[in-house]
Amino acid sequence: MTMTLSHSHPVLIDGSRLIAEACVRAGADAYVGYPITPASLIFFHASRRFPIALPAPDEITALQWMAGLSAAGYLPVSATSFPGFALMVESINMAYMMELPMLVILVQRLGPATGTATAGAQGDLLLLNGLISGGYPLPVFCISDLEDCWLLPPIALQTAVDLRMPVVLLTSKEMVMTQESFDLARLSEIAPVHRTVYDNPGPYCTYDPGDGLVPPFLPVGNDRHQIRLNASTHDRCGIIQHTSDEAMANTRRLQAKVEARAPVLYHLDEQEGAQTLVVTWDITSGAAREAVMTLRSQGVPVSLLIARTLLPLPTVYLETIDRYPRVVIAEENHQAQLAHLLFGRRIPPHVRTVTAIGRMIRPDEIAREVVR
Amino acid sequence: MSRFLVKPELPYCKGCGHHLIVRNTVKALEALGASPLDVVLVTDIGCHGIVDGNFATHTVHGLHGRSVALAAGIAMGLPPEKKVIVYIGDGGATIGLQHILEAARMNADLTVVVHNNMLYGMTGGQPSGLTPTGFRTVLTPQGYSLPHHNLPRLVLDAGAPFAARVVGLGDFSDVLRQALAVQGFALVEVLEICVSYGVKMNPDLRLKELAQEAGYEPGIWESPARPAFRPSRRETASLLDMPAVPQKYSSPLEGRMALILAGSAGEGVQQAAELLAQAAIAAGLHVTKKGSYPVTVGVGFSTAEMVLSRDPIFYHGVPQPDAVVVTSADGLANQRERIRRMTGGVLWLDASLPVPETSAEVRVADFRGRAGARNAALYALLTVLRETGVVPPEAFLETVRESPIGRQVDLSEW
Repeated sequence: MTMTLSHSHPVLIDGSRLIAEACVRAGADAYVGYPITPASLIFFHASRRFPIALPAPDEITALQWMAGLSAAGYLPVSATSFPGFALMVESINMAYMMELPMLVILVQRLGPATGTATAGAQGDLLLLNGLISGGYPLPVFCISDLEDCWLLPPIALQTAVDLRMPVVLLTSKEMVMTQESFDLARLSEIAPVHRTVYDNPGPYCTYDPGDGLVPPFLPVGNDRHQIRLNASTHDRCGIIQHTSDEAMANTRRLQAKVEARAPVLYHLDEQEGAQTLVVTWDITSGAAREAVMTLRSQGVPVSLLIARTLLPLPTVYLETIDRYPRVVIAEENHQAQLAHLLFGRRIPPHVRTVTAIGRMIRPDEIAREVVR
Repeated sequence: MSRFLVKPELPYCKGCGHHLIVRNTVKALEALGASPLDVVLVTDIGCHGIVDGNFATHTVHGLHGRSVALAAGIAMGLPPEKKVIVYIGDGGATIGLQHILEAARMNADLTVVVHNNMLYGMTGGQPSGLTPTGFRTVLTPQGYSLPHHNLPRLVLDAGAPFAARVVGLGDFSDVLRQALAVQGFALVEVLEICVSYGVKMNPDLRLKELAQEAGYEPGIWESPARPAFRPSRRETASLLDMPAVPQKYSSPLEGRMALILAGSAGEGVQQAAELLAQAAIAAGLHVTKKGSYPVTVGVGFSTAEMVLSRDPIFYHGVPQPDAVVVTSADGLANQRERIRRMTGGVLWLDASLPVPETSAEVRVADFRGRAGARNAALYALLTVLRETGVVPPEAFLETVRESPIGRQVDLSEW
């Protein structure tokens, strides 16, 4: 089927299907899967759609295969949930250090540990914030509705390619497993990610960024230049180092490239005269939208900020929040994790949080906090 | 100096057997006529792994124990003329045994060279899964008590076409050459004694004697050749080639209706709810549907939560249902608490079930008796539609009729 459809094309669809299709249209060519609820539906769709789909025997193997395929020039994707993601962490750090593009879709479910596999949650944001040893930032984008299931995978994949690194696309059980009526005509065309490889005849060093922050990519095994990939501290040619100046500069660059080039994506719907800003992300975005619509229909002006880039945390969120005398942050976890990312442990008195575990936050809970 | 090396001085302790592994690898590659950029050397964590800088090949230095899985990924992505070699120690092989067995089972196109110096050398001489019984380490000064893994046997059992073990003395390049010539998985275990920790703790042991006493039998073992695992790209069809649900009906629903269908696994609950969702779309409504069931999907309850709405649905939770439809004891047990909390709405209940405590209006009907257990959920939804008209019953019947289940159910009886 070719997008864009000119006529209405209503279907019953789940987010997993849109995510898998969007990834392939964006140029992802290898899916490495491992069965885990609630990410298995993405695995199912991806197994039918990706040019290469591989069932891995375990989560560590999945990430290692992805790293190998990425090194060879593929653009791999996997989807998992916390128990599997936890086992992938060291390998994600490896891909981060080796500067290998890939996309990991993290479908949140109720924790801790195995928790409840079939209950949704938004509980993994703080985990992602400290995922890379040393505190280096990992780009994390978050899906807030079915249209994001289509729009964000290509952006996440392009970011992975542009920055030569793993990128996390965060979502949750209710987003990827709920079937919804949806008009396919709303989907826009997806352009394949733009990807270049180093093609100069001169010398090549795997981690030499030249005048920029991201080294040009060249797959391992190529016939022109030696590639040295290294998960240990290394110099610009990929040679292992202890703490040489060159190696430390290379390590600092890993942060600089993310801070300089990670896209900032959000939805800001401001209403004139609003004294309260509702801030939310992921599945709670739906409840927040309904709350805002209800409040406005009752004559209560209110603004809404839906965060799509979660990490590195965009400063525009704080700048927007600073303009409002009251802020309500709604998220389905016990700690108010986004609020803690924004303010640390000292959440200002004008910022109220709405949280829940084991169930979705209701629109009336958000609305009640806005008018309190 | 060989064209495979950029620095001849290797970064190993004096007398370490790793020197010989590098020299024999280089000799084997030269014998095969390979060029450096045809080779990808993947190294694990350990003393052996700091050799990358000496090689003129592509080099990849990964994590402890994971190098075989990493190399398998690389090999999957490269053409057969490229040689992927893994250098791994006995410690890494212990950590990543699953990766080795999986690569052997798949017949990943790579050659694993296990530097078995009987212990974890880089971290201070701890025992590994390849440390032989009686061998003394810093943690087992009285001698290690467990038997060692037999790696060649393990990988052969897993499906490897080639496995070998050599005592790491002198020229064993021809064994490596044979391994590298294999199209598929090959493993060569090279026996050494770590000169820093192994010799110090076992000063009287000699490598050949140790190998003999430990049952580390040298040899080459082969299985019939089979194709190396190398996935090829395939053409696939769009996941969005879904037929549109034509809007042929209309619904009188003005606001929103939250409905829960609760029954037993294997009785078509999810399918019935999905068909209702399709019918709702055909009637011009927005709809969401989510399923809930125990991890053992074949037994116990099966519940579908649905929201039908005139307006777009952003929040699809169901804190307070307008309708609960229960077709079995499993469904009632699962929803009993929610039914108890209902302050309004309607509970449709199968006639076989006791009426639970609730403030909802209760309507009893013989879903199971009329349609049988397998189709009770379908029939119950049809009953709800006939009594409420929220979606025209004929829209639902048409949806059922056009689905695979339409051929199995005699709808004229309903």
